[in-house]
Amino acid sequence: MADAHATGQQHPLKIYFVVWGLLFLLSAFSYATDFLEHGYFRWALILTFMILKAGFIVAIFMHMRWERLALIWAILGPPVVLLVLIGLMAVEGDYTEFTRLDFFSEPIAPTGHAEAH
Amino acid sequence: MAHSETTTAPGSIEPGWQTFVHDWSADKQTFHVPWGKAMMWIFLLSDTFIFTCFLTGYMNVRLSTPVPWPNPSEVFALEVFGVSVPLLLIGIMTFDLITSSGTMALAVNYGYRRDRGRAAALMFITAAIGAIFVGMQAFEWSKLIIEEGIRPWGNPMGASQFGAAFFMITGFHGLHVSAGVVYLTIVGMKVLRGDYEKKGYEIVEIVGLYWHFVDLVWVFIFAFFYLW
Repeated sequence: MADAHATGQQHPLKIYFVVWGLLFLLSAFSYATDFLEHGYFRWALILTFMILKAGFIVAIFMHMRWERLALIWAILGPPVVLLVLIGLMAVEGDYTEFTRLDFFSEPIAPTGHAEAH
Repeated sequence: MAHSETTTAPGSIEPGWQTFVHDWSADKQTFHVPWGKAMMWIFLLSDTFIFTCFLTGYMNVRLSTPVPWPNPSEVFALEVFGVSVPLLLIGIMTFDLITSSGTMALAVNYGYRRDRGRAAALMFITAAIGAIFVGMQAFEWSKLIIEEGIRPWGNPMGASQFGAAFFMITGFHGLHVSAGVVYLTIVGMKVLRGDYEKKGYEIVEIVGLYWHFVDLVWVFIFAFFYLW
């Protein structure tokens, strides 16, 4: 690891074959989730397999595991702010749906309040 | 890559955070990698933001529509011998990209071993598998547009935003795959010709970073668009 940059990222072939196999396996699991009922269990599995696959690709195939922290944090740090965007847009999406249901559709339950529109 | 002014040589063993402070605090080179590789990483970082914006936009329209979202499992099902198999083509496309990721990783390894024949051959195989992916995508788009009547502004199955999100996200990803096929072919030919014998084979790793990123994006599209 210490002289990884003198000769470039040179690692034994075995690790690539192991990760390759794991990626196939995880893809098969991902595909299998499609046969489950929609719900929290299925979503949790989808996210788990997704994160594992992404992790293996970045860490091993893209060699991030063997890079120095200066590069790792310059690349993997900034995307964390995207979670703020995702959070804001999730709240906004819910709010938009609520207002659409409230103003642009038949009232689901007679609330009296909806008749005003 | 050695810097005489530094007290500890880059790449020597220091505990993690000390290297971090050391690399950023002195008036010197921060990333101890070839500049092309650092630039590719920064480009991929910007691409991460673009794809996240697309996927976030998709999340937003899907959350905000009161009309039911078309079930991707049914929309992307294929008939095989009269039996409808859900998401079949998408599954095959996923395995196709994973396969190409493996051949790309091997190409990088053989590049650094200076085995340029094998490195170039593996790059051409990777490009061919990528071209197959684009071909399957063209088939998928044609089926959706012609047979299912899905348009960016509406479709017969449900929420009209489905087409806009689908064509934008998979279209932009397909464009990346196509560009990758061209990139791999050009660099592969230069590798085969021996253009990098003096410079070294970092270029294969740089192309590899791009290619693995394309696969990485597909992992997220597969999870959020096709499976969710």
